[in-house]
Amino acid sequence: GNEHSPKPEYRIVSVEFTRVETPFLIGIWIFFASIAKIGFHMAPKLNKIFPESCLLIVVGVIVGLLLFQASSVHISPLTPDTFFLYMLPPIILDAGYFMPNRLFFDHLGTILLFAVVGTIFNTMSIGASLWLLGKSGIFGCETPILDMFLFSALISAVDPVAVLAVFEEIHVNEILYIVVFGESLLNDAVTVVLYHMFETYSEMGPSRIIYTDVLSGLASFLVVAIGGTVIGIVWGFATGFVTRFTHQVRVIEPIFIFVMAYLAYLSAEIFHLSGILAITFCGITMKNYVEANISHKSHTTVKYTMKMLSSSSETIIFMFLGVATVNNAHNWNTWFVVTTIVFCSVYRAVGVIVLTALANQFRLHKLDKVEKFVMSYGGLRGAVAFALVLLIDPRHVPLQPMFVTTTIAVIYFTVFIQGITIKPLVKILNVKRAEKRKPTMNERIHERIMDHTMAGIEDILGKHGNYHVRDKFKRFDNKFIRPYLVKDHCGAEPKILETYSKLAMKDALDYIRRNASTI
Amino acid sequence: MGNKSSLLLREDEIAQIQNATGFTPNQIERLYSRFTSLDRGDCGTLSREDFLRIPELAINPLGERIVNAFFEESGNDRVNFLQFMQVLAHFRPIKKNSPNRLNSRQQKLKFAFKMYDLDNDDLISKDELLAILHMMVGANISEEQLTSIAERTIVEADENGDSMISFEEFCKALERTDVEQKMSIRFLS
Repeated sequence: GNEHSPKPEYRIVSVEFTRVETPFLIGIWIFFASIAKIGFHMAPKLNKIFPESCLLIVVGVIVGLLLFQASSVHISPLTPDTFFLYMLPPIILDAGYFMPNRLFFDHLGTILLFAVVGTIFNTMSIGASLWLLGKSGIFGCETPILDMFLFSALISAVDPVAVLAVFEEIHVNEILYIVVFGESLLNDAVTVVLYHMFETYSEMGPSRIIYTDVLSGLASFLVVAIGGTVIGIVWGFATGFVTRFTHQVRVIEPIFIFVMAYLAYLSAEIFHLSGILAITFCGITMKNYVEANISHKSHTTVKYTMKMLSSSSETIIFMFLGVATVNNAHNWNTWFVVTTIVFCSVYRAVGVIVLTALANQFRLHKLDKVEKFVMSYGGLRGAVAFALVLLIDPRHVPLQPMFVTTTIAVIYFTVFIQGITIKPLVKILNVKRAEKRKPTMNERIHERIMDHTMAGIEDILGKHGNYHVRDKFKRFDNKFIRPYLVKDHCGAEPKILETYSKLAMKDALDYIRRNASTI
Repeated sequence: MGNKSSLLLREDEIAQIQNATGFTPNQIERLYSRFTSLDRGDCGTLSREDFLRIPELAINPLGERIVNAFFEESGNDRVNFLQFMQVLAHFRPIKKNSPNRLNSRQQKLKFAFKMYDLDNDDLISKDELLAILHMMVGANISEEQLTSIAERTIVEADENGDSMISFEEFCKALERTDVEQKMSIRFLS
């Protein structure tokens, strides 16, 4: 009858939160994180002692406690999917796009050595040590060998987000920076493969693993690393090609850069390839061509949007790490936590010492003691490890809650203890600092002359070193790639022209500022 | 001169070269085999053509100037092995405990400076800079643009107002550049 359906009436105000809940919460999170960030910069003393990432985690913990008290549902906002699909790509794209290419490729050998051999060494040694200790019964629980290796695979990867957050503030010299930071970017391929490998192994059980599984692990490493890189490079070229035609519609130029880089990341993730490598190399590749095509204003937009997105992602990640600490059901195992931290630090140091000794055989700039120390000390662990540990299925790995707690403890240790002490340590050890500035016209031209000279001398020597390879690539690029990707391809030295126009623009602006009254 | 005899290097020659350039005997022998393979005429010295037969060097925008640097050392139109080594010694990485006059920062900068300074007056003029820019940048760029780049470069480095870049001004303009790294070759260490 009519009684059951109330007469529809027109209400002036109605409350319907569920419809806007998700976007509203996202908005609140971003707003809150940004407010927190302003707060630290207003508090100069706090800012000097603690790195920003520490303060953000503390704020996160406070918010987490409030949420814990206030509501009965405790859903951590930091799920692996939100992390890998929405929060990580902006940071890595920013890193790849503004990567100092020259420096990166000059030190690629060392970076790869640390990223590949170093990470494998850390995983194997931490895993084996934890397993051996576990057999002695010190942890008070059963520690299957494969579960230990699964855990060590995710804990031994140096985290790009944490490294960036801490190293951006301390301004160490560029070689040190690129080696640690490059390692944290490129070790993703190793981490992804080792993680999936041990995940599959532990589901299969140790008795059913045959040697072909190990071999296919090796093969899948090559596929994941090379596949991710190739996908990134292809998308990078595609972005260059598309921006060749945007001169009529300048407003959509930044969109192509962001969307195509994101698609590079996602298309690598579809095949379980390394998305981090894909988006890094997409950024590195596209920059050369995109910058020549897009307008000056679009370039400014790209730059600031990228910086804004990556810094807010970073802010939110650290805050969410804090929140997640409170919300999870913990399983604290003192011995396991302590030994993990000790092994992480010790094997990191051992790895750095052994690998730098190896790398120094082949390097012009030898890494000295102080640099070795900062490298081993700068091996921070972060949110990638946390997201990976959340992905472990507790039904297959019963120790998962203990792993989560331990991972959080390791992250806290590296971000707080190492993060807070690294700044004064760099000062005490007198590490060479970086000075960031734009190249002058003289530097640009004379350094190119030196490059050509060195390439010529290498050719006379008949040895194919860095300069020879770079020279060859530049020639190839100028002949076969740039003409097709760049709209107004002019000359073989776009960088010299770029520096000139930048300086000329700066001069003009200075002139306007000084003579404001005459205009 | 037979093929075999040109491959041999006497001990006192090695010692002399080692003394003058700081290379190790091992490196000297390695570079000697490169020298002989470049020496098509088998006469113990290299001609301009021997150098320019290296394909990459022939298309290097500075190829000819680099080759010239070798002949400046020798003073005539042949380069012998000692002179060859003396030029290459500029690119040895600098080692803290064994100073050598040929591979100092100053010498490396001097070598780069010589790439510009065609008339050997120890000054880079606007025309010399323009000539280099022409070689490097290529033809697609307007003359005015290149000229303004050259002018801007000179104004930036010029301190005494003679519209030329002297060697001192050149060094000063590059004082923040890691020349020791940039102009060293690892396999000469």
